[in-house]
Amino acid sequence: MFSVRHFTLVVGLVLAVGSTAQSKLDSVQLLEEFEVVADRYREVIPSQRLSGVKLEALSSFSVADAIRYFSGVQIKDYGGIGGLKTVDIRSMGSNHLGVFYDGIEIGNAQNGTVDLGKFSLDFIEEVSLYNGQKSEIFQSAKDFGSAGTVYLRTRRPKFTQSKQTNLISYFRTGSFDLVNPSVLWEQKINKNISSSLNAEYVYSSGKYKYRYTKYNADGSIANDTTAVRQNGDIHSLRLEGGFNGYLPQGHWNVKGYLYDSEKGLPGAIVNNVWKNSQRQWDRNAFVQGSFQKQLFNGYDFLVNAKYSNDYMRYQNPDTTLMLIDNKFRQQEIYVSTANKYSIFPTWDVNLSVDYSWNTLDANLAGFVNPSRNTVLTALATAFEWRRLKAQASLLGTFVFDDVKIKEAEKASDKSEYTPAVFLSYQPFVRAKYISPLRVRAFYKRIFRMPTFNDLYYTDIGNIKLRPEFTTQYNLGIQYGKNFKKGIINDVTVSADAYYNEVIDKIVAVPKGGSGGGSLYRWMMMNLGLVEIRGVDVAIKTGIAVRNVGAKYFSPAYINLSFSYTCQKAQDFTDKNSEWYGGQIAYIPWHSGSAIVNTQWRTWDLNYSFIYVGERYHNSANIPANHEQPWYTHDLTLGKSFKFRKSEKYFAPAMKISAEINNLLNQAYEVITCYPMPGRNYKIILKMEI
Amino acid sequence: MKQRFLLLTAALSFCLLSCREDVEVFKPEVVPVTPPDSTGVNDSISHARMLGFYLLNEGNMGSNKSTLDYFDFAAGEYHRNIYGNANPGVPKELGDVGNDIAIYGNKLYAVINCSNKVEVMDKYTARRLGQINIPNCRYIKFHEGYAYVTSYAGPVEINPYYEQTGYVAKVDTATFQVVGRCLVGFQPDELEIVGSKIYVANSGGYMVPNYENTVSVIDIPTFTETKRIEVEINLHRLKADKHGNLWVSSRGDYYDTPSKLFWIDTQTDTYGGAIDIPVTEMTLDGDSLYFYSTEFSYYNYDWKINFGIIDVTTRQIVTRNFVTDGSEREITMPYGIMVNPRNKDIYMTDAANYVFPGMLYCFDRYGKKKWTAQTGDIPAHFAMLYSEP
Repeated sequence: MFSVRHFTLVVGLVLAVGSTAQSKLDSVQLLEEFEVVADRYREVIPSQRLSGVKLEALSSFSVADAIRYFSGVQIKDYGGIGGLKTVDIRSMGSNHLGVFYDGIEIGNAQNGTVDLGKFSLDFIEEVSLYNGQKSEIFQSAKDFGSAGTVYLRTRRPKFTQSKQTNLISYFRTGSFDLVNPSVLWEQKINKNISSSLNAEYVYSSGKYKYRYTKYNADGSIANDTTAVRQNGDIHSLRLEGGFNGYLPQGHWNVKGYLYDSEKGLPGAIVNNVWKNSQRQWDRNAFVQGSFQKQLFNGYDFLVNAKYSNDYMRYQNPDTTLMLIDNKFRQQEIYVSTANKYSIFPTWDVNLSVDYSWNTLDANLAGFVNPSRNTVLTALATAFEWRRLKAQASLLGTFVFDDVKIKEAEKASDKSEYTPAVFLSYQPFVRAKYISPLRVRAFYKRIFRMPTFNDLYYTDIGNIKLRPEFTTQYNLGIQYGKNFKKGIINDVTVSADAYYNEVIDKIVAVPKGGSGGGSLYRWMMMNLGLVEIRGVDVAIKTGIAVRNVGAKYFSPAYINLSFSYTCQKAQDFTDKNSEWYGGQIAYIPWHSGSAIVNTQWRTWDLNYSFIYVGERYHNSANIPANHEQPWYTHDLTLGKSFKFRKSEKYFAPAMKISAEINNLLNQAYEVITCYPMPGRNYKIILKMEI
Repeated sequence: MKQRFLLLTAALSFCLLSCREDVEVFKPEVVPVTPPDSTGVNDSISHARMLGFYLLNEGNMGSNKSTLDYFDFAAGEYHRNIYGNANPGVPKELGDVGNDIAIYGNKLYAVINCSNKVEVMDKYTARRLGQINIPNCRYIKFHEGYAYVTSYAGPVEINPYYEQTGYVAKVDTATFQVVGRCLVGFQPDELEIVGSKIYVANSGGYMVPNYENTVSVIDIPTFTETKRIEVEINLHRLKADKHGNLWVSSRGDYYDTPSKLFWIDTQTDTYGGAIDIPVTEMTLDGDSLYFYSTEFSYYNYDWKINFGIIDVTTRQIVTRNFVTDGSEREITMPYGIMVNPRNKDIYMTDAANYVFPGMLYCFDRYGKKKWTAQTGDIPAHFAMLYSEP
């Protein structure tokens, strides 16, 4: 228990220091740069969010690394800079998470999951996570269409005073032979229009030491192997640019995005195989635009459009195995419109209609090249009555598949109607006293469509698949308060209890007759039934320390956040199975995180801790399938430098940060046979003009 | 007050959490499954004492979960996952996807497909003696001091399509060195030795839909391929009976060509004929060919399970079900079969959903269930252990 004790000690110290403080700093100074884009006050249930300084201070390389700190999520991380990282929200499976980039969903009709390891955090202003859906009705129909949603919002240009240009660049280097420069250029074109362009390059050899150790019963070492992870290299380039504009009562933006990468797939480490040679190329390109305006009093209009073109190539060049050189190309055209009308100031209705067209072409033998037309309509309403906020929505989904090969069969047309209800109530309200307490609840039923791979992958897909449904029930409380006195600025505590069901879960089942350890021995079926009972707890507080001891120690700001998740996610697929009711694969009963972010003058120190408790790698919960808990401690120390104004308009600023990740050098695995890096380092240089 | 509350909450949430422990070498789980059997354990044919048998579990690809189990006749005990304890010094245990197991001389050989090796162990203790490195190795047989192992990983040709020719490796069982290679067809699976000839079932499984359809014949003295006998697409298993016939099973293509059973005359090395029954795995006891099939069809997305016994002299199906008490319905996915030559007990494994631990079923000669034991993942391949005669 060394690390946990250690951790509690740190918390204790921080609080002890805090308690001796006598006064409190002006909270304005604590405010992060923040721009309200949505009607946040309309949200019935707020999201979990990381943004601004706090997001930057986290030693996170990708969006997936940041999401680990949220409660209720599990990351499947295959290790390394280029390794696949997917997010599982409340144990419903990563296919149920929608990922939105600047307001428009990133689709993957091929396999339904978005690799969040691919999304850099540079110039991402905010990452937010919603259970159920963003409980705000003025949004596209797709926003209603997932069991949980992550929103990534890139930086919107902001210009202070008479500044016309912002230039920001980062350079990262450190372990894994990382070389990672990025640059952002923002230009003010006129009062209402600005442009933004950024580029990022990543190279890493992906090499790191990992270690496997086993002990004898007497505590002596039975075997102990340290090796270097091979074939985990990555080269990637990201280019992104666009325009933002403000209109009277509205705004618009257009953007283009290109991501191009080549990487090695380091693969599973098994006996006698310490190196793999499979490779993957990805090219994701999209253009998207959004326009939003209040056309007349009470009527808001939103239109989104996107075209994306994704290419993926998977190659197995190992001549001792089956040669594979598969190329996949996906396209998507997407348009959406949302129309909100306020009947009364406290009663809104919204109608959204989305249309998308998806195709997948592949060079697989016998591949049918499917395409899909999807129409989504969402009718939603929101009203407030005294201390009650309520929203209800009904989503209609209509899916029509087609295949290019004439004689091939296609999946039948599908139409589904799925409702959601969100409520929040502020109890104990008296005349002059506004209670900091809110009670909230939601119900949502939604499904994921079988992906193109599920339906059509040669020899594995099954066109008879039905959608995989989830039903969520959530009841929670939130206590949030700002304090005028004392050293504590604010405290937010939230706790939610939930029950989820996943029915007709799409799982791979073996088909008889096929031999050898090949992929083709599997096929997809609607077989699974999972019940999830869980509790998520999140605590956040901001502390300002002033006039403590010598003046050198103040002022200092401390932000603390904790999250904790307890989940029982049981596999109820087969009543006759001995393993009926077992905890499903890779879902720990307990997991949590802690972040302590301290700022003192131009210094900042960030400590973060992730804990994932014991798990089993399948729902037969027997010793042979047991996975050890893992926990990592990460530290980041940063120092900012401000140069004097050398010119009329700008004051260049610089920040140097140093990171130590996995401080205690724990040799752990998130996924069995995929060893994670031990202690590793990074140096980050940020320049801002 | 607030601080205390915070501290309390923090402490409360973290005291629920537990820490990592040193991972110990896996201890075999020993389960009594049947009363001890100390009565005549002599094999009626060889008069060697039958001590028990090994069962090799395949484990899913990429999971490194191929494990070795052992059943002890005298004690009636099933020992699950014995390799780690017998070999605590070996990192990452037995390996990834066990594909075949056999005993020759005093040694136990386990062919570990995705670990690219044949693990060589002492046959009594399962202690590691060494390994034979053969990439993508599949099946093993022995002849006069040499082991013969099929491998998918022969030379690559682009002519005009990318093709990987398979081979049979000749291994000196004294030195564990590969001393010769003989090229055969594409993706060779099971092999069988009759006289001084090796027969190899070529599958062509990497070349869907252009499967192989031949059995290769190798002359052992010259270690060269002398003939290919056309049989059917996607061949898999081979069993030689004592009347000079070689039984060959095909997997079919899961569409219009079903799995089937054929025989080859090894005197003339010509195609003999076919029995219209799907066969996934088979085992010979005397003149009785026990088989089962789990035939999958893309037309109905389902698989059909068949069991049966064929008399190899009459080439007739003697019975369509050797399990007589209905307990075959408990078996989801039959995956391995062996018959005890002494008491005619039938051992059959169930791989269930491939993810959960499997089951081993023992039926007596009348087809009644005697006992069951939980195995590792995807229990598949048997090797009977005899004492020295």
